[in-house]
Amino acid sequence: MRLVASQVGALALRSVTRTARQPASAIPPILFPVSLMLVNAAGLDASTRLPGFPTDSFLAFALAVPFIQGALFSTMNAGTDLARDIQNGFLNRLALTSMRGSALLAGQLGGIVVLGLVQAVVYLVVGLAAGVDFASGPLGVLVLLAFAALVSIGFGALGCFLALRTGSGEAIQGLFPFLFVFLFLSSMNAPRDLIGVDWFRFVATINPVSYLIECVRSLIIVGWDVQAIALGFGFAGAIGLVSLALAAGALKERLART
Amino acid sequence: MRIWDVASGVAFRTLKNVATTPAILIPSIMFPLFFFTAFAGGLSQVSRVPGFDYEPGYTTFQFCFVLIQSAAFGGVFTGFGIARDFESGFARRLLLASPNRTGIVLGYALAAAVRWVFTAIVLTVVALAVGMNVFGGPLDVFGMYALALLINLAGILWASGVAMRFRTMQAGPVMQMPVFLILFVAPVYVPLPLLTGWIEGVATLNPLTYVLEAGRSMLAGDEVHVAWAFSIALGLVGGFALWSLRGLRRAEAAG
Amino acid sequence: MSERPNSIEVEGLVREFKKGPRAVDGIDLRVEPGEIYGFLGPNGAGKSTTVLMLTTLLPPTAGTARVGGYDVVRDGPKVRTVIGAALQEAALDPLLTGRDHLRLQSTLQGIARGDRKARSAELLERVGLSEAADRKVGGYSGGMKRRLDLALALVHRPRLLFLDEPTTGLDPQSRTALWEEVARLAREDGVTVFLTTQYLEEADVLANRVGIIDHGRIVAEGTPRALKAQIGRPTVEAEPAEGVDQARVEAALARFGELVGGSHHHNGIAVRLREGVTGLADVVRALDAEGLAVENLTLHAPSLDDVFLAKTGRSLEGAGDDGGGTEP
Repeated sequence: MRLVASQVGALALRSVTRTARQPASAIPPILFPVSLMLVNAAGLDASTRLPGFPTDSFLAFALAVPFIQGALFSTMNAGTDLARDIQNGFLNRLALTSMRGSALLAGQLGGIVVLGLVQAVVYLVVGLAAGVDFASGPLGVLVLLAFAALVSIGFGALGCFLALRTGSGEAIQGLFPFLFVFLFLSSMNAPRDLIGVDWFRFVATINPVSYLIECVRSLIIVGWDVQAIALGFGFAGAIGLVSLALAAGALKERLART
Repeated sequence: MRIWDVASGVAFRTLKNVATTPAILIPSIMFPLFFFTAFAGGLSQVSRVPGFDYEPGYTTFQFCFVLIQSAAFGGVFTGFGIARDFESGFARRLLLASPNRTGIVLGYALAAAVRWVFTAIVLTVVALAVGMNVFGGPLDVFGMYALALLINLAGILWASGVAMRFRTMQAGPVMQMPVFLILFVAPVYVPLPLLTGWIEGVATLNPLTYVLEAGRSMLAGDEVHVAWAFSIALGLVGGFALWSLRGLRRAEAAG
Repeated sequence: MSERPNSIEVEGLVREFKKGPRAVDGIDLRVEPGEIYGFLGPNGAGKSTTVLMLTTLLPPTAGTARVGGYDVVRDGPKVRTVIGAALQEAALDPLLTGRDHLRLQSTLQGIARGDRKARSAELLERVGLSEAADRKVGGYSGGMKRRLDLALALVHRPRLLFLDEPTTGLDPQSRTALWEEVARLAREDGVTVFLTTQYLEEADVLANRVGIIDHGRIVAEGTPRALKAQIGRPTVEAEPAEGVDQARVEAALARFGELVGGSHHHNGIAVRLREGVTGLADVVRALDAEGLAVENLTLHAPSLDDVFLAKTGRSLEGAGDDGGGTEP
């Protein structure tokens, strides 16, 4: 048990170290969602005048989006890093040790969670600095960070699954637009009940990403909306379980060692 | 006419690469459609904001932005290809073989334009199918597409200048981010008069705002800023053409 | 200390891939404890596939293999505790330093926390990377990467070491340094080394015994000397100096063996020595006694390439990639 824990720790440390040493790829996943949020918040501020809009600050409304968008970037980074390990044979090096497959996954995800939490803190600081009032208070911040960690695990495991399945960083980059579809066809820019186009509202309603965004949003602008929080954690947990199962299966096949 | 021989050769090869590589072709078509769907579909309620008085409707309002965005990014995506060519060494082969090297840049620009025309056709068909209204006449519509084509040209000339200076795929973000930012600090979601705060000031100074407003006005049949927009677009093309040709000289000097 | 032998025993090992020929087509071999076994063959012969199976990274389709006393299929995890491997790609993370790699490897191999630092320092010293230890591997030369690769394979003091083409792409100096370290490991630490290579010289110099593989099968096996002796005797080639009668030189050489056609020099005369290499001194004395001056006198001993040629009808250098290969 102690060996597994130290293996997980070593692999997580490697994951974090690699990211820290690549500022060119570490910074955009933080800056890009923030830039987009600030631009969108300014550009869509007029929307707050629509009857039924839940807040008079579009920035408060939009602040939830970077948490999920950042998680998507985590998917790509996790997947690309693991795909690179497969392509250059580093995974074989790890496979030759007494490392368990579960330790590899846990180590990768451990690193992703650390990075996800760093991203979440940055988004929070930007939001607070821009004057957003956190309706659920300090306890809500802790709940939000826990949620961010859970979402990171789910999306990170998805990235690992894609990497293990395809073994190719290019294939993962090619899948990125399709992951973004889930983000855009959601309640990212408008509350679901205010979306005017019927089919779009339907798609946003069945899209799990809407509930992830709404969970974060409710903590920021409503306070303690139990239903929104439960749905958010529920979907995040389900995504996590499915992704982990897929990743574990793909890892077993990829390692193929006796 | 050696420059045209070189340009046509480079353009043909670039277009063939795109056409036969789904990983390159599909995103360049899907992304604009996707943005169009997300903005026109997901934000249609914005047209109900008091003071939003664009007659053709929100679908047309967003179509113009997405068309210009696709034109600009179409140029940038072709720029990625140039960077890849330098990284793989293929560009060196082109420089050695071409009797007129300006033709190389022209060839890439031609390829970007053809590629974008294809995207524009797909986008237009989809927009019309979902009920986009066009109140402008044939000359207005032609003018709007011509404006977008100039933006496409400006995009490829900007990106090619970056690609030839850096000569690596790692320059992708350098090509992409400024274009992204300048597009999104324009009146993307609402007309300029409805913007408030810092973005109102920035958008007022942003040259692309006038290109966008002129395009939208031509689709509405109520032209505003058209001469100004074309001047800006031609100015961008001229400026980035110099940028690109200087980049070519740098690439030549680097060997 | 383990009571298990440091040996490798392979019987009828086969590896088939779904969309291709048999990469390994029934090989039998045995590597004795402390031996350096050279596995020589062209590209695509099945060398790397064999290594992957013996290091438990690829299950065999048929046959058995025991490494360090453990079955590679049934006892995979135990095999991995007694082997170290430096595979065909150096497989390093360019963003980590040499020291980072050793720290990670030590942790994964279960080295006690208190010993990791010392073990890392010892290995870095041994492979000559102490000064570069804190530089990112992305900036290492090819030779440095290979040395680090070897160090990583040795972290847990394995009893058996697998090296898959370890000197490909290295300059002569780096190659020699690596050979010396491998030889020392076998000689002083008793490590059994299974080394694949496509370089004749490497197999000749380093290996105690050589197995030559082609199209997934072992076509010859033995010590380098014995293999070469199977093929034939050495030839000596004399290039007469200007003005010397060629016919007289031919007659002189013909006393020591049969003349052979084809030579490395345009007017060289070659004879296959009846007495082997010991006949060379007699040739020199004879030429001298008859006053026949020569510009060049060259001894050509049979090479492992000659062995490969005799067994397969093809030269080893230039052969390859027309048959089995590693996992797609």
